[in-house]
Amino acid sequence: MTQLASADKKKRANTAKPTAMKSLEVEGHEATVGKVFTDNPKMTMRNVNVYYDDKQAIHDVSIDIAKNEVIAMIGPSGCGKSTFLRSLNRMNDTVDICRVEGDILMDGENLYAPKLDVVELRARVGMVFQKPNPFPKSIYENVAYGPKIHGLADTRVDLDEIVENSLRKASLWEEVKERLHQGGTGLSGGQQQRLCIARAIAVSPEVILMDEPCSALDPIATAKIEELIEELSENFTIAIVTHSMQQAARVSHRTAYFHLGKLIEVNPTEQVFTMPEHPLTEAYITGRFG
Amino acid sequence: MTESINHLEKIKNSLSRRNRAEKRFRWYGRTAIFIGLAAVLVLFTDIVNKGHGAFRITYIELEVTYDQDRIGVNNLTDPKELTRGNWEALSKTALRTEFPNVSGRSDKRRLNNLLSSGAGFDLKDRLVANPHLLGRKESIWILADDDIDTYFKSWLAGDAYAARLSSKQVQWIEGLHQQDKIRLQFNSNLFTRGDSREPEQAGIRGAVMGSLLTLILTLLLSFPIGVSAAIYLEEFAPRNRWTDFIEVNINNLAAVPSIIFGLLGLAIFINFFHVPRSVPIVGGLVLTLMTLPTIIITSRAAIKSVPPSIREAALGMGASKYQTVLHHVLPLSLPGMLTGAIIGMAQALGESAPLLMIGMVAFIVDIPGGFSDPATVLPVQIFLWADSPERAFIEKTSAAIMILLSFLIVMNTVAVWLRKRLERRW
Repeated sequence: MTQLASADKKKRANTAKPTAMKSLEVEGHEATVGKVFTDNPKMTMRNVNVYYDDKQAIHDVSIDIAKNEVIAMIGPSGCGKSTFLRSLNRMNDTVDICRVEGDILMDGENLYAPKLDVVELRARVGMVFQKPNPFPKSIYENVAYGPKIHGLADTRVDLDEIVENSLRKASLWEEVKERLHQGGTGLSGGQQQRLCIARAIAVSPEVILMDEPCSALDPIATAKIEELIEELSENFTIAIVTHSMQQAARVSHRTAYFHLGKLIEVNPTEQVFTMPEHPLTEAYITGRFG
Repeated sequence: MTESINHLEKIKNSLSRRNRAEKRFRWYGRTAIFIGLAAVLVLFTDIVNKGHGAFRITYIELEVTYDQDRIGVNNLTDPKELTRGNWEALSKTALRTEFPNVSGRSDKRRLNNLLSSGAGFDLKDRLVANPHLLGRKESIWILADDDIDTYFKSWLAGDAYAARLSSKQVQWIEGLHQQDKIRLQFNSNLFTRGDSREPEQAGIRGAVMGSLLTLILTLLLSFPIGVSAAIYLEEFAPRNRWTDFIEVNINNLAAVPSIIFGLLGLAIFINFFHVPRSVPIVGGLVLTLMTLPTIIITSRAAIKSVPPSIREAALGMGASKYQTVLHHVLPLSLPGMLTGAIIGMAQALGESAPLLMIGMVAFIVDIPGGFSDPATVLPVQIFLWADSPERAFIEKTSAAIMILLSFLIVMNTVAVWLRKRLERRW
């Protein structure tokens, strides 16, 4: 059944390529099982295809991300989960050979509409990367960078306040308040990653994308970040890509399972890890491949 | 069991072979470095050996009477009258007083040849600077002729070279030496004067100024153009056949023999745009063309070495491409770019071939004061002196090479220091 469906889809991808203006009618979503859609979506993705040159990395993915939820994306290496995540704030634009088709909407607004400014989009959809990548500047400058370029703070006092609040929200304030003007690269790996989170939330985004934020960290630092994600979900919508199933189980409300560029299953996290609907999901979480 | 012992045996055998290979390889490396260092050492000792003498030059002490009648000048502030003055009479009379027994036309000429042909003008400058000396007497050290200088230096070294002197001149010098009236002094002329046909009066000031002016123009033009081109190609340009074509041609340009750039400058700047020849403007333009590829290539390498994660971080924060480049990529790659620029400048400083084509090889006595004054540059000055027949130019040539080398060493040291100093770790 799945094989048939995928063959069918491949054919469609080669013959009729969906355009951005296409209606939101969901096609072929029978391939994805589970609770794919929600009633109060923050972001809506329909029939998303991503290509690197001729190679298709994402096949016809449709999914909703609800307001203030934490959605985890899991799957074996090379399944396209990072690619998919990066198309949500158009970071894929920086890759010349990358092409995104389909509809990606936030609050009903098409993110790939020609008149949408990608700078504004990225201020609304922040991103935390796999490897902590603070700027080689001071801690303060790192957090203040976003507000500065977007002109969010009118005075120095405002800026100080934003920096302090962001660092507090990223539970880093107590550790760095004495050395705000020292280099951000001098912090430990876990602190650097929390600094990157503070930097991302300093511009008050609506959605935060996290691309394996803990893969370069030790277990203690990981635990801190996970705790932080839980706190942040009160104010932000979070999409997190992770290699670790335990992490997905700990932090997320819903889990999406990707396999070879296809979205196989989306369900509440508890259900995915206890009673997966799809045999591929079951195979993955029971460790038959990964 | 025996098999595993055999196995170990084999590993042990191969191990000693591998160790030997490694040792051999290390020795190859050491030999290569030794050969390189030895070559540099031989070169430097040879140059220093030949050139160190040029930093000192022979002076003769004479009693000079600033006799107004003999000079024929009344007003020391009138330049016209000054040029008409018979200044040589001052030095000639001084010699005659020192050696009153010399008679006969040819002997007198030989006597006058003890001093530099510019000695009279040196005395004029002294008198103009100190007008109260007019009508008085003073004992003063006067620059000797280059043949005397060559002889005196070689004689002091114990290997007298008297081929260009008459036996009488040798006697006079010995007489002066017995009275301590001839000695070596620091050769300030070397640093304060322009070129001259007379070795004892020739200096490198003109060439240094010419090099400086040319390099300033080269830096002002090639650094901004090169860095802009590198940033555009690396950060903004689409990857397509056109940019590939441009990249290949920039690399080609870096490999073009420098004299071709000289021809290009001659054809375009001088013949087409009618920029005057022999001036730092046209030299700077030609050297800009020559250093551009170097600066573009090193700048691109510096930009490439900025980790992509920094760009992603900035773009992910909603910085525009321009802000990403200006706030993050440029500051991080600047040390590399500066290093590249300094190395490019060092290359331009040592370049002579293209400048020969655009007339910067002319014999220029005046020290250039601006970008449009005729000038020559250090390497060309070396070429000119090396080509001169006077024996005293041998040590001058080597001294000029030493000065050029020390500029280059300073520039390269600054480049290394800058890289170490500004380099960031992440």
